[in-house]
Amino acid sequence: MEFLIATTIGVLTAAGIYMVMRLRTFPVIIGTSLLTYAVNLFLFASGRLVINEPPILRDDVTSYTDPLPQALVLTAIVISFGMTAVVVMIALASYLNADDDHVDEAQDLSRDRRAGTDPEEDPDTQRGDEKESRA
Amino acid sequence: MSLFIIALLPFLGALLPGLMIQAGRRACGMTTLFVTLAALLGLVTHLPAVWAGETVTTSVIWLPTLGLNMTLFLDGLGMMFAMLILGIGALVIIYARYYLTRDDNMGEFYTYLLLFQGAMVGIVLSNNILLLLIFWELTSLSSFLLIGFWKHLPEGRQGARMALTVTGMGGLALIGGMLLLGSAAGTYEITEILARRDVIQASPYYVPALLLILLGCFTKSAQFPFHFWLPHAMAAPTPVSSYLHSATMVKAGIFLMARLWPALSGTEEWFWIVTSAGLITMVLGAVIGLFKHDLKALLAFSTVSHLGLITMLLGTGTAYGAMAAVFHILNHAAFKCSLFMSAGIVDHEAHTRDIRRLGGLRHLMPITATIAIVGALAMAGIPLFNGFLSKEMFLEEASHTVLFGADWLVPALATLGAIFSAAYSFRFIAHAFLGKTRDDYPHKPHDPNFGMWGPPAFLGLIVVTVGCLPFLAEPVVKLVTAAVIGEVTEVPGAHLALWHGVTPALIMSIIATVGGLILLALFTPLLKGWDAAPRPEAKQIFDALVGACARGAERLTSGMHNGSFSRYASIFTVTVLAVAAHAWFTGTLGPVNREMLPIEPLPLAGWILIVSATGLIVFLHRNRLATLILMGVIGTMVSIAFNYLSAPDLALTQISVEVVTIILLLLALNFLPNTTPIESPVSRRVRDAVLAVVAGLGATGLTYAILRRDFSMGTISDYMLENSYDGGGGTNVVNVILVDFRGYDTFGEIIVLGIAALVIYAVTEALLTGPVRARLLNRIPDQKQAGDAHPLMMVVVTRLILPVVLMVGAYIFLRGHNEPGGGFVAGLVVSIAVVMQYMASGFAWANERQRYPYHGVIGAGVLIAGLTGIGAWLFGRPFLTSTFGYVKLPGLEKFELASAMAFDLGVFLAVVGAVLLSLESFSRMARRSGDETSEHAMDIDPSRDTETGGA
Repeated sequence: MEFLIATTIGVLTAAGIYMVMRLRTFPVIIGTSLLTYAVNLFLFASGRLVINEPPILRDDVTSYTDPLPQALVLTAIVISFGMTAVVVMIALASYLNADDDHVDEAQDLSRDRRAGTDPEEDPDTQRGDEKESRA
Repeated sequence: MSLFIIALLPFLGALLPGLMIQAGRRACGMTTLFVTLAALLGLVTHLPAVWAGETVTTSVIWLPTLGLNMTLFLDGLGMMFAMLILGIGALVIIYARYYLTRDDNMGEFYTYLLLFQGAMVGIVLSNNILLLLIFWELTSLSSFLLIGFWKHLPEGRQGARMALTVTGMGGLALIGGMLLLGSAAGTYEITEILARRDVIQASPYYVPALLLILLGCFTKSAQFPFHFWLPHAMAAPTPVSSYLHSATMVKAGIFLMARLWPALSGTEEWFWIVTSAGLITMVLGAVIGLFKHDLKALLAFSTVSHLGLITMLLGTGTAYGAMAAVFHILNHAAFKCSLFMSAGIVDHEAHTRDIRRLGGLRHLMPITATIAIVGALAMAGIPLFNGFLSKEMFLEEASHTVLFGADWLVPALATLGAIFSAAYSFRFIAHAFLGKTRDDYPHKPHDPNFGMWGPPAFLGLIVVTVGCLPFLAEPVVKLVTAAVIGEVTEVPGAHLALWHGVTPALIMSIIATVGGLILLALFTPLLKGWDAAPRPEAKQIFDALVGACARGAERLTSGMHNGSFSRYASIFTVTVLAVAAHAWFTGTLGPVNREMLPIEPLPLAGWILIVSATGLIVFLHRNRLATLILMGVIGTMVSIAFNYLSAPDLALTQISVEVVTIILLLLALNFLPNTTPIESPVSRRVRDAVLAVVAGLGATGLTYAILRRDFSMGTISDYMLENSYDGGGGTNVVNVILVDFRGYDTFGEIIVLGIAALVIYAVTEALLTGPVRARLLNRIPDQKQAGDAHPLMMVVVTRLILPVVLMVGAYIFLRGHNEPGGGFVAGLVVSIAVVMQYMASGFAWANERQRYPYHGVIGAGVLIAGLTGIGAWLFGRPFLTSTFGYVKLPGLEKFELASAMAFDLGVFLAVVGAVLLSLESFSRMARRSGDETSEHAMDIDPSRDTETGGA
């Protein structure tokens, strides 16, 4: 069983990372969702695997599984829904605005940077004329 | 007056000038002066105690575990500096009142000045080196504001930046040094550090601490090779130059060296570093100063040179050297401050500070000329002026100091420095004030009003008084010297006097004066040689260095952060893998001590499903609808796995989240393209796949390793299991943890969830009011639309099961404290019930019947949860302490009521609101995009048809 859970987490992680590195928004969202499964399972598994010992107190039962990772993962599941929803919304908004669902803007950004700031140019020289107006 | 109030007064007073400027410049200046004088008065009340050799202390324990306490103390050294700071501060405030023109924002200026004053007073009064560091940084920041006060001047801005860079870096070094010193001494209190000289000097931290502290001191006090920022800071208004750059801030480094003298001095390292840096600075500053044409630049280099002189004296490590240093600090503050003020007057009246355009001012502005000449003669070290006395002592000390094994080196260099020092002083007098009156000044100069010449004249008076009657200053100097050297050695018995007989120092002094006169006579040919000689320009080197750093940072940033998301993901993955590999190869793995659970057929089937679905996603991800179906498979399997592995709460949550997530993704996919095109080349896909597989293997290995081993430390879960029922009143431990033990976390989480939903709502609003709206309205669906968007069967079924689902939600909610369930799951279930109405009957129909805005529901949820927490305060318990009790109502079984339930209700409402607000936002977009909107739930409705048919 331990082996099955470990490999499941591994497969989900690998698929998640591969998908996150794709170039369009949709696979990236799917990738983060896969990673979320993997991480939640991993956090849950850190309480070790136990069968038929749910953390519901019973009078005649003495042994329970670790409840803490469960509580943490429970909120993580709900929060990850919120995160997915926000990311999907952002992806949708950018697609509707630009008619483009690429996640990489590498070329555009570096071009802007080159045009925007020239390292040789001292910002002070631009405002040198103010000096005259004062004198 | 308490030392706290003295240190705080300037800070509090800094609020006033900005307000008082409304009442006029005079009121503004007077208020500022009053603040400073009040602090000065407070200081004077302690004078008798300090005079009697006592140390005044005050302390407030602040952060004792960090060793950071608000402890202040006042001894002779602190008293001298505080007097200088506040006394000269008062003079500068008067002077600045008349110096600043109507164009200058006087309120702003005085605010900065008082901030600076407070920071300086803080430095000299601190008894805790961490506290001192805070004040030290404050002086750097406030001096940045003061140097760059004239924001329209490029030189001012550049000078301020340079000063901040150099002193700020020094400040960083100082922080490191002080922390090392503190751990070497085992305390952060200065008074205790000073008593632990032997412990500190034996510590292996001594040398690094010394180097870092000296770096801080040298940058602040403009010692070689960090001297270059000071001349560039001269772009500041002259009151700033005379206050910060002659009397106070640049002396902060010297102060610190003097303060820590008993703990740090007397070692080889201290002697070599401090003495040689001081000597080099002194000679270099004097030589460069001679050839500067700007009056303030000349004075700036002279300051650098004199600071070097004082540093060198402290470096010798002898009591006599310390005494000479103390005396020179006082003398230099007096004459240099008055000289700066005179230079400012010349600049103010003649509209130039260029020495080549001046000359003959003695006839036009006799008062200023007299003050300036007095100051310059003191600077040159001429008898009857105070500079002579301390310079004699310096030369005396130099004649005994042996550096690099050559006993002639230090005296020779000291004499050389003194010659140039005399030369620039004479040049200052001769080229600016003596000579013929000219008629080509940019502005006809004349003496200013008393407000401007009064302060320097007062300082000039001190210069002459001390110079003629040195025995007046002797007790002060001895007192301060005693404070500097602590208990290391005896205070030297030597007297301050004009005449000590024909000593080597006197001969050196005569050589210096005569040499200075000769240099002045030869000035024109010397200047030609100087101008022709190649020499490094500090500003260019500094700018090149800063530029190189900026370009390097830029290259690194844009190399890593170029806007490519997939690049960030790869960098992140590689980094995590590298860290994990490091941990794997350096760490040790404990023994396997946990049995494997047997693999049953059903879990194996689930595993096969999940792994193949994941694999299929990778290969089929270009077909987006298929991907979503496969995601559903994975989610379902994960929730079954939770159930199998004793986590019923997780299973319930996961399955309901799965439903809303898939609905959400479907809504989004409605607008997004249905397929992903092939774009990345094969090589890249292979690279990504390799990275992903390695990461997956790592995750597998890590999980497997953890699962085969028991907890390495005791877990806190036992506490929760034990106290869940007795303390939290519930048998479902997971739920009790959520609403009780870790209620604070949950409270934060529902807030985050609410914020996420509001973000979605806000983005939708922005989209629907912007240009996207037109696009949505004109959109032609890329898929065939269903002929019957709201089928009869579905409408009927969803309506029928709505009350059932709501019932289930209520049930899950109510039993949550004791059985699997609770606010999170109930909220999701109820959301699904409502979403089904949207899907079946249409957005318009459902929205019309929906009375509570979802933001309100979120807000109500957070509010209820918060109020439940606050309710605990009413009973004097901490926030979110829960309570519970059992209630017996007639006709019902005994049941439990817990305050945690109200909290869970808040969670429930927040989840419902957040989920529905998100989904509703997406649906609103769909509605805009020309979906058929009918107020009728069903497109084909037999009852409506009969009605219309009948009519």
